[in-house]
Amino acid sequence: MNIEALIASTFDGLMLGFVYGLMAMGLTLIFGVMKVINLGHGPMIAIGMFAVLVMSQALGINPYLTLPVIVVMGILTGIVMYFLALHRVINSPELTTLLATFSVNMMITGLMTVIFTTSPRGLDVTLGSLQFGQVTILGTRVTAVVIAVVVTIALYLFLYRTRQGKSIRAVANNRSAAELMGINSSWMLGLSFGMGTMLAMISGMLLATMFSFTVLTGNTLETKSFVIVVLGGLGNPTGALFGGIIIGLLESITTIFIPVSWVPVLEFVVFIMILLVRPNGIFGARSS
Amino acid sequence: MILSVENVSKRFGGLQALDKVTLSVKEGEIFGIIGPNGAGKTTLFNTINGVYPPTEGHIKFRGDDVTGLQPYDLSKRGIARTYQVVRPLGELTVHENVTVGACFGRENLPLEKAEKVADEVLEFVGLTVRRDILASKLNVAQKKRLEMARALAARPILILLDEVLAGLNPQEVADMLGVVRKIREQGVTIVMIEHLMHAVMNLSDRVFVLDYGAQIAEGTPQEVSNHPKVIEAYLGDPEVAKRFLEGTSS
Amino acid sequence: MKTLKNISFWLLFIAIAAVAILPIAQSNVSMREDFFLILMLVILASSTNIIMGYTGYVSFGHIVYFGSGGYVAFYLMQTFQWHFVPAALVGGCVASLLAFLIGMPVLRLRGAYFALATIGINEAVRSFVSNFEPFGGSVGMFFNFGVYDVYGGAKNAGQFAYYAMVVLALVTIATSFLIKKSKFGLGLMSIREDQDASMVLGINPARLKVITYTISAFFPAIAGAIFFFKNGLIEPGPAFELHRSVEALVMVMLGGFGTVTGPIVGAVVYERLRGFLITNETFSNFHLVIAGGLLLLIVLFVPAGLVGWLRLRFAAVRRFLE
Repeated sequence: MNIEALIASTFDGLMLGFVYGLMAMGLTLIFGVMKVINLGHGPMIAIGMFAVLVMSQALGINPYLTLPVIVVMGILTGIVMYFLALHRVINSPELTTLLATFSVNMMITGLMTVIFTTSPRGLDVTLGSLQFGQVTILGTRVTAVVIAVVVTIALYLFLYRTRQGKSIRAVANNRSAAELMGINSSWMLGLSFGMGTMLAMISGMLLATMFSFTVLTGNTLETKSFVIVVLGGLGNPTGALFGGIIIGLLESITTIFIPVSWVPVLEFVVFIMILLVRPNGIFGARSS
Repeated sequence: MILSVENVSKRFGGLQALDKVTLSVKEGEIFGIIGPNGAGKTTLFNTINGVYPPTEGHIKFRGDDVTGLQPYDLSKRGIARTYQVVRPLGELTVHENVTVGACFGRENLPLEKAEKVADEVLEFVGLTVRRDILASKLNVAQKKRLEMARALAARPILILLDEVLAGLNPQEVADMLGVVRKIREQGVTIVMIEHLMHAVMNLSDRVFVLDYGAQIAEGTPQEVSNHPKVIEAYLGDPEVAKRFLEGTSS
Repeated sequence: MKTLKNISFWLLFIAIAAVAILPIAQSNVSMREDFFLILMLVILASSTNIIMGYTGYVSFGHIVYFGSGGYVAFYLMQTFQWHFVPAALVGGCVASLLAFLIGMPVLRLRGAYFALATIGINEAVRSFVSNFEPFGGSVGMFFNFGVYDVYGGAKNAGQFAYYAMVVLALVTIATSFLIKKSKFGLGLMSIREDQDASMVLGINPARLKVITYTISAFFPAIAGAIFFFKNGLIEPGPAFELHRSVEALVMVMLGGFGTVTGPIVGAVVYERLRGFLITNETFSNFHLVIAGGLLLLIVLFVPAGLVGWLRLRFAAVRRFLE
């Protein structure tokens, strides 16, 4: 077995894992705050992917410059989705919110298929690479990790240092008590949902710089996000980050030993194992 | 002794919810459990009824060690339980709710017989007129009765009542007390957690007092209400205590 | 048994049988094909309802049993020249076994976790089958010419498949009815409303859930066997198409979950709507969007579905529409 291949894969997986972690954080944040599993997560990732594609091609700019736009787009889309599909049924049983978010998934996927068709797309981004002997580290990956880390730090600063962030955490902890303190819980829920979708979109943007994609890639990544979220503990953003890294590493390293087409089977087995043995995830489920 | 709880302790991480609780309940009696909020009364019920096993200790029902058995096994053995915060099966009718109790309880009846038993029980608690209404549409007092009816439909030998009087107005309390007395007349042993002092003191044959998960007194209602530790646990102020106790000795 | 004296059961049974016989009586092949598909959707929707409507556990990936049954039956017919009937039955049993094995660990989870797990199961089985050479890997399998000879040629096989689908639909609906009106069904609905309270009432949720899930896997499996038998070709993509089970879910919600007639009504209405949309120039590409929109409207405003709403509103209807 080639040690250098192993090292290369490890780095690869680690970097990919950071982006996966960011992706899963969006899903877990929403669950932590309002106990909703957002089945519309996949399309949000896909929107991020196509947004960066369209903008960078139409405006002829560096894809990374679209980040601020995607941030705003993510938050707004999330807020709109919350008020349209979830607000009315937020206190209903799980099945209802599952179906509500799923219906949004269907609508967005359908719409995007009409607009973009299912043909594969790719972003033309090259940022050079670093060489360490036989190990190549792509510049795009490093950039993606850096952005993922920056966004994560920003998220934490927001949740713990700003008033809105603290309001969100209050609502997550005890909604009625928060309302008694004068917090408009609906807006806070909408905002948190917006933040969750923003994280999904940013991760979509970053993933677009690394791989080719189609309108359906989002849904595949959604399934992956579930695995990561459960692995890390539902509602636990730090757990999601580490869960992402674990899955990233798992994917990259195992492809040395088994064919790529078996990877979904492996991930699913991991998923089932976790659900059975430690349903609270490795790092423990939490609400925010 | 139909039920004996022997040295039962329950820990939740760092919290000692129950500390070597020991008590025995005689067949056919009404056994009251009182104590300040957070004393561990519902936790005790949960260990008896199988919701979770005790960390230490044993629970014996009719001579058999039933520690750690699942709630459904205990139900089949004849232990029924109501919840402090009622849990009606919302989308089913009142009659269907009670039928569930009759179907899966101690007698494990087939559907048709269970439906008849359900009708009898509804009559017993006075909910016949609301038979076909969805359980979620009842008011609190009616839901409490439904909770009782469901438990009774299983024809239990022992019934654990968790604050059946909470949230009821004085008239509703009097009505509910009447139902409890009727249950006793049927020969069912009753263990009840209650906060309403005059009710539990009036109704119980014996009373057990919990505070911070441990026993602080046990005896007849008279003995317990005069017990210094009980007074201290609940009230602190002896003057208030005196006035209060004068009210219960009727 | 009580069910057999129930008037709404016989009404439903006869109505379905009568409608199903129509294309045969009129020798109308295109109607037969149309009904074939609708009956299949009715079976998928009813099976989804058995697990979802009665227990409240949403099986997003239920289609995995359709594909599994289809593949096992196809394999037996193609490789070992089995006759359709035993092959389909074995396919059904294998699927039920799969459901039993998966169900035992996975049904211990609560709502959302279960739903996610079922998606994972479907994806994993699909990936597995795509890699599994005896089942044709990613290419799938197809029938040799001779396979249909036993049935009198391909045309007769088509008719045979139709009869099979009719019988299966009737059996599925009868089972759904039996469950709903039985003590078993009452236990399921109790679990759906409040699992913890049900345990205290004497119900063993794990056992009931697993049994129900196992039963609910049998019918889609045989439907898959019939469908792919008629197709003559089976591939991993169409066999494990996640959207099919999602559509089954929409049908159940549309018609009314937890009822017997709801999934039937939902399937018919949805299929007609879809058929209209696909053939219509402007809407054909939007059918997913419209299905999604429809689901959202139902979830937000009429969660009980068409039949559910009728039953709530008009007590008289309750006797006739289960």
